[in-house]
Amino acid sequence: MADTVATGVAAPHGADGTRRDFLFLATGAGLAVGVGAVAWPFVSSMAPDAATVAAGAPIEVDLAPIQEGQIINVFWRGKLIFVRNRSEKEIQELRAVPMSELIDPQSDAARTKEGHEKWLVVYGNCTHLGCVPAGHSGPYDGWACPCHGSLFDASGRVRRGPAPTNLPVPPYAFQSDTKIRIGEESGGKAAA
Amino acid sequence: MSAHATTYVPKSRFAKWFEARLPIAGLIHSSFIAFPVPRNLNYFWTFGAILIAMLGIQIVTGVWLAMHYTATATEAFNSVEHIMRDVNYGWLLRYAHANGASMFFVAVYIHIFRGLYYGSYKAPREVLYILGVVIYLLMMATAFLGYTLPWGQMSFWGATVITNILAAIPVVGDTIQSLLWGGYSVGNPTINRFFSLHYLLPWMIAGVVVLHVWALHVTGQNNPTGIPIKSGKDAVPFTPYATIKDVFATVVFMILFAWFIFYQPNYLGHADNYVPANPAVTPAHIVPEWYFLPFYAILRAVPDKLGGVVLMFGAVLILAFAPWLDTSRVRSTNYRPIYRQFFWLFVIVCIVLGWLGAKPPEGGYVLAARICTVYYFAHFLLVMPLVGLFETPRALPGSILESVTGPGKQVSGSGMPAGAAASPTTKG
Amino acid sequence: MKTTRVLAASLFAAFLGASALPALGAEAPQPPLQSWSFAGVFGRFDQAQLQRGFQVYKEVCSACHSMKLVAFRNLSQEGGPGYSPAQVKALAATYQVKDGPNDSGEMFERPGRPADTFPPPFPNDQAAAAANGGKAPPDFSVLAKARTFERGFPKFVFDALPFVGYSEQGVDYIHALLTGYKDPPEGKEVPAGTYYNEYYPGHLIAMPNPISDGQVTYPKNDQGEPVVPETVDQYSKDVAAFMAWAAEPHMMARKALGFRVILFLIVLSGLLYYVKKKVWADVGGEVHGLQPELHKTY
Repeated sequence: MADTVATGVAAPHGADGTRRDFLFLATGAGLAVGVGAVAWPFVSSMAPDAATVAAGAPIEVDLAPIQEGQIINVFWRGKLIFVRNRSEKEIQELRAVPMSELIDPQSDAARTKEGHEKWLVVYGNCTHLGCVPAGHSGPYDGWACPCHGSLFDASGRVRRGPAPTNLPVPPYAFQSDTKIRIGEESGGKAAA
Repeated sequence: MSAHATTYVPKSRFAKWFEARLPIAGLIHSSFIAFPVPRNLNYFWTFGAILIAMLGIQIVTGVWLAMHYTATATEAFNSVEHIMRDVNYGWLLRYAHANGASMFFVAVYIHIFRGLYYGSYKAPREVLYILGVVIYLLMMATAFLGYTLPWGQMSFWGATVITNILAAIPVVGDTIQSLLWGGYSVGNPTINRFFSLHYLLPWMIAGVVVLHVWALHVTGQNNPTGIPIKSGKDAVPFTPYATIKDVFATVVFMILFAWFIFYQPNYLGHADNYVPANPAVTPAHIVPEWYFLPFYAILRAVPDKLGGVVLMFGAVLILAFAPWLDTSRVRSTNYRPIYRQFFWLFVIVCIVLGWLGAKPPEGGYVLAARICTVYYFAHFLLVMPLVGLFETPRALPGSILESVTGPGKQVSGSGMPAGAAASPTTKG
Repeated sequence: MKTTRVLAASLFAAFLGASALPALGAEAPQPPLQSWSFAGVFGRFDQAQLQRGFQVYKEVCSACHSMKLVAFRNLSQEGGPGYSPAQVKALAATYQVKDGPNDSGEMFERPGRPADTFPPPFPNDQAAAAANGGKAPPDFSVLAKARTFERGFPKFVFDALPFVGYSEQGVDYIHALLTGYKDPPEGKEVPAGTYYNEYYPGHLIAMPNPISDGQVTYPKNDQGEPVVPETVDQYSKDVAAFMAWAAEPHMMARKALGFRVILFLIVLSGLLYYVKKKVWADVGGEVHGLQPELHKTY
């Protein structure tokens, strides 16, 4: 058996060499593809699992009990979100800030929903390295991060580094004047 | 260390600089590239490579499973089902790990019987062989600990039975048992520490495997004739010859492995382990995994608790004495007409013991298990010493090359350079 | 060599003889094997059957049996009964799920969401046992994998092999159990609170016959006729198939991937075989077999 196959494959030298190179190449490529394919399930298994993804459904927050000036914490997908009831005075002050003074220029109106300007909804982790800034502190009466000293105003905009960007606004929509739904923009579109 | 008198010559300047400080490339070169391999090895010699592949697969799938697994009595079962249902490819990781354990034992049993058949335990490979027995013991401990982790009925009752076995040890047994339990029975502390140990032991296996391979590369490989490499013509370099053969055999073995993962994932397990652990109900049929069955049969063949435990552990430990129990001057059973028959009888006895281990301990089964147990020990204690003394072995070929080509014939192509082949000390 | 063969043959005969022993004393009859759409290498779940099986579970079994590890969302995932996400959402909302604690620290009930698992019929195992004559009805989540029966030698060897393989013990047992309620044989004592079942180990089961012909009304076709018979036999098959899916929701993905993996490995090992052959040709070819001295020269 051994020698029949060996002689069967044997061909004039040049052609044999080419065929041999092709065989070696194909086999090497096959092994490489195999190893690569094996890696995929391992990588994929580290992604959020089906239960976690499904549990990230939108949540509803009742705004009625939140007093003016109060900040409450809620969690969506395991992430901290601040909901802040702001006074008219605070809003006026925020609107008066010129864009040129901002590290990450964005108007307060762009960070709130029209008709509901007193409600600020932002993610609660500092955009520097993820610590939770303390509310109602710092010179801008917004948030002050205890870890590395970043300062935010009452619109969640960064006013002093090292944080590079404003606290992001999660997807949410008003169901009524006193109820928001976090995790979905208006129109029922699920957040990515 | 003569095997590492390497022929490796670093080429680049960096390689020279590095080699002068840590000669790891030379070590790899002499161990896996230039290492002289007897040219007559058959496919039973590929199981070393297959075992290294299986160890790697078990470690990698295990590390990944540990990312999702919860080692508590209340959550372990659910977390395994969470892996099966919700984790991307979690079912694949778990089935690969569970069946990987079985495939690991399939390969190790073939490897062990190969060693026994060809006399690979005999001088000068005694230490190499005993390291192998140590690896086997560590594998058994790891497999047992791993089987408890899904915390199904078989996990729980397996843990209970095995820890009660240890309680049979005189004087310190009870202390060992309560230290393993961490309580008054198998419970939450038990599963937690079993998980910790299950994660630890594979790394110890990997460490002993390094010693095993090191010892192998000092003594050189045995071969089907059992006679040492005498000239360069007897050997071929490890790479590419043994490498490509090992890769081929490993991929073929993976077909078997894949068949079980994808089409018979629960064949080698027990249905009862899909019932969550219940300390109030013992399953009707409590048996260990298939790879422990021969030892389980030996345990149950003895009507005395301590006696059964001693024989069960003795059945493993006696393997370590084979180098001194076997009195034959010839290694390979191929040249031992009488011993060969006893060898196959021993294989059959082991298989029958395995089958008896799965049967209820009653009537004819117990009697059969006792007969097989007696033979198991007699094979080591009587057959090995006596047959070696009285048997007349068949004539050995003059060299490995001669066994391949027939006496006085030449072979096309050349083997190893003579100097490289002569480096392993294979006297004996 | 001859003696070896004689030895092996006699041991094998003893092996066969011994394996025949338990057959004499065997009590429980072997469940009759059914034909399952999901058996074998190319097995697939029958969506309509899974939906019928779910209906049986929902209308009959779920009164006592929980299914804690299965979520509503699973019903719409690939390889399952094939409900749409909207259907699943509506179905989930018909269940009341315990949640909490809320801001005032109290637990409350709310309509189910697709991410929730099926709420159990009893709050805990003790309550389930108390309401069912002292024995809690087993959870359905993995029950189809948790039940089996002995196949015996040599069948169990063939069961592992391609094409003649068999791994449907669980569903065959469940089907047999549900259709196995019979009058006890003459002289068989059936204590109060137990029922005679032909296929239950020991024959005395704590579950009364749960289902009868016509109990579940299946969806009708255009002519208003049932597509499958509304019999205990059919209900049992359908609910067993549903339980097989619940126990192994990724089975179809597993079998499909397995086919590709094994095909790939076969091609790769073929290539490697020829590479190895080429490589070894340099040194005059390779020696096979256990007894190299018997091999011819090259």
